[in-house]
Amino acid sequence: MSSSETVATAAEGKYGQGGVPPSGAMERFLSYDVEAFEVPGGREENWRFTPMKRLRGLHDGTATFDGTAAIEVAAGDGSADGVTVETVGRDDARIGKGGVPADRVAAQAWSAFREATVVTLDGTPEPVTITLNGPGTGATAVAHLQIRTTPHAQATVVVEGRGSGALADNIEFVVADGSKLVVVVTEEWADDAVHVSGQHIALGRDATIVATSIAFGGDLVRVSPTVNYTAPGGSAELFGLGFADAGQHLEQRLLVDHSTPNCSSNVLYKNALQGEEGVTDAHTVWIGDVLIRAAAEQTETFEFNRNLVLTAHARADSVPNLEIETGEIAGAGHASATGRFDDEQLFYLQSRGIPEDVARRLVVRGFFGEILNRIPIVELRERLEAAVEAELAVTGV
Amino acid sequence: MSTLEIKDLHASVTTDAGAKEILRGVDLTVRAGETHAIMGPNGSGKSTLAYAIAGHPKYEITGGEVLLDGENVLEMTVDERARAGLFLAMQYPVEVPGVSMANFLRSAATAVRGEAPKLRTWVKEVKGAMDDLEIDQAFAERSVNEGFSGGEKKRHEVLQLSLLKPKVAILDETDSGLDVDALRVVSEGVNRYKAAGDVGVLLITHYTRILKHITPDYVHVFAGGRVVESGGAELADELETNGYVKFTGAAAAAS
Repeated sequence: MSSSETVATAAEGKYGQGGVPPSGAMERFLSYDVEAFEVPGGREENWRFTPMKRLRGLHDGTATFDGTAAIEVAAGDGSADGVTVETVGRDDARIGKGGVPADRVAAQAWSAFREATVVTLDGTPEPVTITLNGPGTGATAVAHLQIRTTPHAQATVVVEGRGSGALADNIEFVVADGSKLVVVVTEEWADDAVHVSGQHIALGRDATIVATSIAFGGDLVRVSPTVNYTAPGGSAELFGLGFADAGQHLEQRLLVDHSTPNCSSNVLYKNALQGEEGVTDAHTVWIGDVLIRAAAEQTETFEFNRNLVLTAHARADSVPNLEIETGEIAGAGHASATGRFDDEQLFYLQSRGIPEDVARRLVVRGFFGEILNRIPIVELRERLEAAVEAELAVTGV
Repeated sequence: MSTLEIKDLHASVTTDAGAKEILRGVDLTVRAGETHAIMGPNGSGKSTLAYAIAGHPKYEITGGEVLLDGENVLEMTVDERARAGLFLAMQYPVEVPGVSMANFLRSAATAVRGEAPKLRTWVKEVKGAMDDLEIDQAFAERSVNEGFSGGEKKRHEVLQLSLLKPKVAILDETDSGLDVDALRVVSEGVNRYKAAGDVGVLLITHYTRILKHITPDYVHVFAGGRVVESGGAELADELETNGYVKFTGAAAAAS
């Protein structure tokens, strides 16, 4: 299913208004136009975990978009070797190459944005940091960002989400043939912030993305990355780490759409939760959809979600889903585990003399380390490790 | 001069069908300087014995006692047992993602020795111990046991043994899954540990092949949750020839 075909189906009728509703992720409805989507009520499969009342009207047309979300690119004057930053209009031919919105908020952001920031990475540039600023307390905004590589480029990008307010956006990652993009997206919002983000990843021939998603801040953060393979040989490694406190809702909805042969995907998302008596539960949601379409022979895929529940008053939802239309695959698997401490790990460490409290600290830091250790930028890794320590100080682990 | 005494030890495990007794009165004494081999068929309870002594929460001790130099081991937490001088080399070492082997070894040595080893000598000590076991230095930065092959895991168990220097080491099927070269390397590691200190070794195994590398002073046949026969190294030869049939029959008759 290419995006153009799917957009054509959109003309036949709105999802939910007659006709046969899409079943499963194979038949997902896609459109750039917000009006093509029914206003979700919260019972729909892709909204059923989201607290709709906290969305600030991003989903139902009542949001006014009275604010702006400034996108700042460090070394954004274009002077950095291999980094080009442009502000373009909606009609720029490159916009939309990453993918098509699959829910009403992403389509809303797409329909409402006026200017997009396009960052092009060529050769082997130094790591680029892009800051996504919230519109401010009480304000609402949309944003559009595209990060693209040229063929055979090797680049690292950090996208940091900061500030207050409500933001709906789309971020496109267009990874050219033979290139490799390492990207870390952090959600470091203030306590009031709402961020609903559609990430659209398009991988060219033999292209690689290593994407790490870090979610610490915000009142409600819902990120939906979709991986599309536009040619054979693509590789996607998607890592995630979330830490939900009392009252926080952190949602990650992944779709890896294997539609061409000889591609691979590896997904590892981990969340920790700590709640508080008398406050809305700390809540994480992980949806991991992987499709292997009939044409996607020799696909290799694995996805794993692990949730560490540190206290009571916390809820982790985890829905791995694998749909396979061909038997000619190299390997496919998924797993999900939610629980408190791993007793076998604690036993092993204690059996070497390590006291229980020290063993717990090691296991918990190891839990985060499995993701954080992969972050290639030392200062960023250390900052995020410090953020984890600050979070853990709340529970005293 | 340390002594591990196991007296009439009974242990059970909780199953869906209720508590199931696995250890049914184990009597065994391991003194410093001695190597004991416990041999028995699958399901005889020999691994349970190892885990019960180490304090795995899955097993409930229902009777008997375990003493290390007169101290009641069963009243200690898992980590207290290790600090008292017990060590269990596990058949299936646990993966701990995100915790580096180097960090783990140093944390364990700090706990067992009561103070953090001095960095300069520690690095040298670990490097030497890894070289002895033909472990690539790169493993120090890898997560504990994660993605290790069976042989690599066993080498790392013996690496911990050599660094922590317990009074009594229990080796649970350390030979299983090893090829000939790895078996030699691991056995030499155990022999070095034994020769370097006044320590006891309790070697749990299904097969006699490791006994070609590590010579036992005593061999015990384990069946039906207890020791059914004890002898010298020659008992292993008899088992090699005749198998466990004679003993499994005896255990069934006794229970």
